[in-house]
Amino acid sequence: MRDFASTSLASTLADAVPARRTDGVWRSAWRRFRRDRTGMTSLAIVLAYALLIACTACGLLAQRWQDEVGVPDAPPSFLRSAPTAPPGAALPASTSAPAAADVDISDVDPLAPRYKEWNERAAQYHARTAPIAATLPLGADRLGRDVLSKALKGTQISVSVGVLAAIVATLIGATLGALAGFFGGWAGDFVEWVYNVVTAVPDILLFFAFAAVFGRGISTLVLIMGLTGWTGQYRQVRAEFIKHARREYVRAAEAIGASASSRMFRHILPNVSHVILVRMSLMVVNFIKIEVILSYLGLGVATDQVSWGTMLAESQSELILGHWWQLAAATTAMAVFVTAFSLMADAWRDALDPRLRQ
Amino acid sequence: MTTPPLLKVDNLQVAFRLHDASGRSRRIEAVGRGEQGVSFEVPANTTVALVGESGSGKSVTAMALVQLLPRNAECAGRVLWRGDDLLRAPPAHMQRLRGHEIACVFQDPMSSLNPVLTVGEQIAEPLRKHLLMSRAAARARAGELMAEVGIAEPRRRLDTYPHQLSGGQQQRVMIAMALACEPQLLIADEPTTALDVTIQRQILELLARLQAQRGLAMLFITHDLGVVGEIAQQVVVMRQGTVRERGTVSELFDDPKDAYTKALLACRPRLDERPRRLTVIDDLLADESSGIDLPLALRAPQADANPRRADDDDPVVLQVDGLSKSFWLRDGLFGRSEFKAVQDVRFTLRRGHTLGVVGESGSGKTTMGLTLLRLHDAASGPLAGRVLLHGHDLLALAPADRLAMRRRIQIVFQNPYEALNPRFTIGQTLAEPMAIHGIGIDAPARERRAREWLVRVGLDTEAMHKYPHEFSGGQRQRIAIARSLTLSPDVLVLDEAVSALDVSVQAQVLNLLKDLQDELGLAYIFISHDLAVVRFMADDVMVMKDGRVVEHRRTETLLAHPQDDYTRRLIVAVAQRPGPASRRPAGAATS
Repeated sequence: MRDFASTSLASTLADAVPARRTDGVWRSAWRRFRRDRTGMTSLAIVLAYALLIACTACGLLAQRWQDEVGVPDAPPSFLRSAPTAPPGAALPASTSAPAAADVDISDVDPLAPRYKEWNERAAQYHARTAPIAATLPLGADRLGRDVLSKALKGTQISVSVGVLAAIVATLIGATLGALAGFFGGWAGDFVEWVYNVVTAVPDILLFFAFAAVFGRGISTLVLIMGLTGWTGQYRQVRAEFIKHARREYVRAAEAIGASASSRMFRHILPNVSHVILVRMSLMVVNFIKIEVILSYLGLGVATDQVSWGTMLAESQSELILGHWWQLAAATTAMAVFVTAFSLMADAWRDALDPRLRQ
Repeated sequence: MTTPPLLKVDNLQVAFRLHDASGRSRRIEAVGRGEQGVSFEVPANTTVALVGESGSGKSVTAMALVQLLPRNAECAGRVLWRGDDLLRAPPAHMQRLRGHEIACVFQDPMSSLNPVLTVGEQIAEPLRKHLLMSRAAARARAGELMAEVGIAEPRRRLDTYPHQLSGGQQQRVMIAMALACEPQLLIADEPTTALDVTIQRQILELLARLQAQRGLAMLFITHDLGVVGEIAQQVVVMRQGTVRERGTVSELFDDPKDAYTKALLACRPRLDERPRRLTVIDDLLADESSGIDLPLALRAPQADANPRRADDDDPVVLQVDGLSKSFWLRDGLFGRSEFKAVQDVRFTLRRGHTLGVVGESGSGKTTMGLTLLRLHDAASGPLAGRVLLHGHDLLALAPADRLAMRRRIQIVFQNPYEALNPRFTIGQTLAEPMAIHGIGIDAPARERRAREWLVRVGLDTEAMHKYPHEFSGGQRQRIAIARSLTLSPDVLVLDEAVSALDVSVQAQVLNLLKDLQDELGLAYIFISHDLAVVRFMADDVMVMKDGRVVEHRRTETLLAHPQDDYTRRLIVAVAQRPGPASRRPAGAATS
């Protein structure tokens, strides 16, 4: 009998207690990541941003960012001495009739008998205008909107656009790269041809072209960046798949009868996933910057939305008047996030790359 | 010896500082254990062999001598080069010394040569740097050196790039570079390991000749005791960072004192006898620890005069007829030419038999093995012939029927570090083939079977949840074997399956393969470049050269009366290596 399953020695040993589980690749990567202090700090910052974005998206924060809550161009509260709003700007909200004239002309005024009636009628309406603040925590923009709320909402939109676009680009790039790298041949040649055509056109031209066709909006931005930004991911995944497809463990999988899709996705993909992941996080950073540029150029989010890019575009005219707070808020929010995210991606790459293990 | 030795290593210790998972730094002892370091001497005009298996610290010792260790290494002890302590020498002094007085040759010539410089430029570099020669003089000298190391047409070859040379020629170039400045000591770190058997022989002869002619001292590092007898006068055997035994070649081979040396000598398969099983180092070291020193002859399993006879009446499992495989090579923009990798191979394999396939790299033996399993892309080139497995032609199977075929014929690859998916646990690795072929009712049943196979190949069931990187090469090869066997195949193709393993581990894996064959009646196709190993395993041997079978006979007949010239050369290349029983007298190696 070739089935030795019944041999007592084998089965006694085989039924031994389940052994301790050794750390998987991701767990040990996390262990290495935890040792990286910069990585952990940047991860904390990114998580804090994520929390803010989640709150904003649920409407807990900055829901009424479009309201006029301050005087136009109100300065930040910590700048008490800063340029006070011109007196005329803060018109007291008055519902009373025009103040009595110096000269009584009621006898010649044909409307005089109706003033009283009008006043009574007007008194029935209660215009509920919120008190307009002279200063706001981070100041206000030209329309008196709270810069802090705008920055929060802008963060939500910019980051989600960057992340979504990176996911779209990764899906396109990784799938095409896996196919081209694994199969090669005419399929590989075809994808390579598409890649060449896309990369031959300058990016900014592609952005304009796509924007012109799709119009403005978040989904357009995600599509534009996803459709143009997959090339780098594609090249890298393709190279990795070419390399791995020839390795013996993949051959061994073929020898035991694993199908092509199983070899591609069960065997090779986990082995190149760290490359994809790191590339994707670098793309997020890049796409956020591109979104800012596109919004600045007027190709970005719709006019009733706010993003870091639109804030920067608005602050251009404000800066001339010395109103720097919107610029500062947008750039700080962006710089902190982008830096933290890049550092985190770097730390992940170090933690995930088995060659750097020591 | 009255003159002081050229090089004296005195209680050398090397440790590496590493950072472990929790961030603490650890000290890993590479050479020396505790207080005890490594000591040996290299006298002038003598070859000293440093022998040991991987992890024995032999290469680290050599690199410590020339201070080429990575930054995190910490050295202690003394290395006296003609009285100067090299461990305390300033870097500038070492730089003058390296390449000038002490030269090195490394294992892999392809990665040791710079691919973007011509061979001539690379040989001339040390001449210009150390001897301050002019460009023309250095070039002329490079030509002479190339001639001296036996490269044909040295003038023309000066302007070739490394990739245009064969492995043997590359290693000759490396030797020429090392010898350029007339060093007094040559450190050769496994200089023949990456080369084919017949080429190995040439390089060894070249080194022995140059050593004698120039009166060099040589420190020859190797894992192969067989090579030592040919080239060295003195031997230092290392294991786990310490010196186990030192002595002249004759002392060591005739009367090894240390159990480990004895084991090393015993566990290598030999051409002149075919034991039932190979001695395994653990057998001998177990004696050492128990304090009983049995004579080697008693412990070593005796050559079994009557091993399980491969019976000619056993049923035929695999019949190969006129198997040919070609690859398309790109030729110009649209053209393609056919490269015939395997031509007209025919053989019959019976149940429980082993067919050895021998040949050098490029002889088509691996391609032949892969073709049997149809592991080549259909578009890579035409395929012809018939491969009958239990009467079904594997080459004529529809793709849908191939899955069933895969169960019956399996393969184990050469490199144990490559053949397992690093992101799969061993349990996943073993369960996958069973899941694909629907063996076992459910996942727990498969896991149980996987555990059984692990035990069967000599591993602990704890291994189930570990990842490949936690195992040694030998253990990984056992896992790879277990993975193939989960499918209960009839034929197992072993493609250089033990070539990457240390001698002692190799012996264990070979024994395992024999046991499995006896028990399960497996038929093996054993592909190897090592005739001694093939002799141990195979009933029949097929010698391949340039894609063709040049000789195919019973193992004993083939070894005793080789017909083909190429076979004879292969046998000579191995047979001249003195084993413990048939070594040359010490000192004869230099002549």
